[in-house]
Amino acid sequence: MSAIVKPQTQGLTQADVARIRANFPILAERPHGKQLVFLDSAASSQKPVQVIEAMDDYYRRYHANIHRGVYHISELATEAYEEARASIARFIGTPCAAECIYVRNATEGLNLVAYSWGRSNLKRGDAILLTEMEHHSNLVPWQVLAQQTGAQLRFVPVADDGRLDLHDLDNLLDGVRLFAFTAVSNTLGTINPVRDLAARARAAGAVSVVDACQAVPRMPVDVTEWGADFIAFSGHKMLGPTGIGILWGRKALLDAMPPFLTGGGMIGVVELTKSTYADVPARFEAGTPAIAEAVGLAAAVRYLEAVGMERIHQYELSLAGYALERLAQVPAVKLYGPPMSDRTGVISMTVGDIHAHDLASILDSEGVCVRAGHHCNQPLMEKLGVPATARASFYLYNTPDEVDALVSAIEKAKRIFKIA
Amino acid sequence: MTDNTFTGMDELYRDFILDHYRNPRNAGTLDNPDATFEDLNPLCGDKIRMDLKIDDGVVTDVKFKGRGCAISQASASLLTEQIKGKSLAEINKLGKEDVLANVGINISAARLKCALLGLKVLKSALALKYVEEPDL
Ligand SMILES: Cc1ncc(COP(=O)(O)O)c(C=O)c1O
Repeated sequence: MSAIVKPQTQGLTQADVARIRANFPILAERPHGKQLVFLDSAASSQKPVQVIEAMDDYYRRYHANIHRGVYHISELATEAYEEARASIARFIGTPCAAECIYVRNATEGLNLVAYSWGRSNLKRGDAILLTEMEHHSNLVPWQVLAQQTGAQLRFVPVADDGRLDLHDLDNLLDGVRLFAFTAVSNTLGTINPVRDLAARARAAGAVSVVDACQAVPRMPVDVTEWGADFIAFSGHKMLGPTGIGILWGRKALLDAMPPFLTGGGMIGVVELTKSTYADVPARFEAGTPAIAEAVGLAAAVRYLEAVGMERIHQYELSLAGYALERLAQVPAVKLYGPPMSDRTGVISMTVGDIHAHDLASILDSEGVCVRAGHHCNQPLMEKLGVPATARASFYLYNTPDEVDALVSAIEKAKRIFKIA
Repeated sequence: MTDNTFTGMDELYRDFILDHYRNPRNAGTLDNPDATFEDLNPLCGDKIRMDLKIDDGVVTDVKFKGRGCAISQASASLLTEQIKGKSLAEINKLGKEDVLANVGINISAARLKCALLGLKVLKSALALKYVEEPDL
């Protein structure tokens, strides 16, 4: 066997990554007595101590309900909650914090747009354009909206190489009121040309909605540069806690939208039979929000900014490049998705006739965590013609050694299944 | 002992399991089955359909069709071999332990659903057919 040449990683050095890893307590865990090799960050990332401690500190020192109490710790909590919003807004390139609405996750953000914007703007005969590579969270809300309004659904096809087939986009956009698409495919890793798609939607008179779940954690995102109308993402995939995400929307659009959930916190004047509603963003934040989670997400954003999103992106690309190169040399491994020029560190594969779940079980016995299944992407899997794939995804704390661990665990699976 | 989890995997995926996965017994469908059912495990997409011929309270023929992991497909295949020629009363008594005995190893909770899918489909097919005779 020829010697394996470790890659010269881009973006982050080995020493950088060693320092980063030391911030993630979970990486010291040893499932089944093996070192944890966590390759499922596209599903949910791990958390650095900075995030865990920020939330802990909030609960220990200044937890109180926000926007209500006049006492000191309530003011501290309110300030932290709003400062967190401002940090997140800065992180995605908008000077207007009010354009960032806290939601539970990207799924809730997308539902909010479908419900509030969709129901008051769509009517029978209008068209909604999606793509064939959408996560169920960016598909089902639009199906429901179409059923309720009588609007029609259309789809941008995915080409065999895992990229969107944009040849017919102008025709597809004709008559479309809303175009929702993912910035990065969670199954194939494809990076879509968001700026171009948003511009073409606008030219066609459509509002654009970007599912940025897989983009915001792993590449620099500037909403002004993207030029879309709505963007949704989840905190838990970007080093932050579960239970919090962001819906960014253009202020003018948000201002004109009716509320989604209603109740306390989102009102102006309440009478027994009617109420007025608060301004954006409070209008969309009914009930006591996830305060500790907002504090945690802001800490995650600070962490990502301190490392640098461009460096994280470059590093992840170099790891993915190394993984693709090594996996391509393993007989019986089939890789899905576009070439390196158009993808991130999300790699879907099958190995011979080993079902993805069997593969993931065997990898798990070696401490290697990968995702197995349809990745909330059933229509895309149908199109690829495979029942399920195993998916490895990389993030700033992964290393070339972990790519090697993945490859040798796959070789073990092949031995167990007696595949040459 | 240094590699015992790997040995565990070796034990789980023994030759006869791989054989039943790659060459499922009683594969296919039946024309005019007396009982039939299809179900899937939505989390992992494992899918099994089972067709049965029943004569005088005895399963005279059975075929299954499915896709999914080695554990779900092999345990369904093993189950079809086990029930052919058995009475419905005997089949009704089959439970989780019998499936695990077929597979021959204790399975982690995460994979138990896979192993039990075939049995679930079988029981559903019979329940659907004999809905009026619950004590069968
Ligand atoms: C592309 C994409 N969209 C949407 C989601 C849904 O995210 P959440 O479950 O956090 O709402 C995910 C996460 O799996 C995703 O990868």
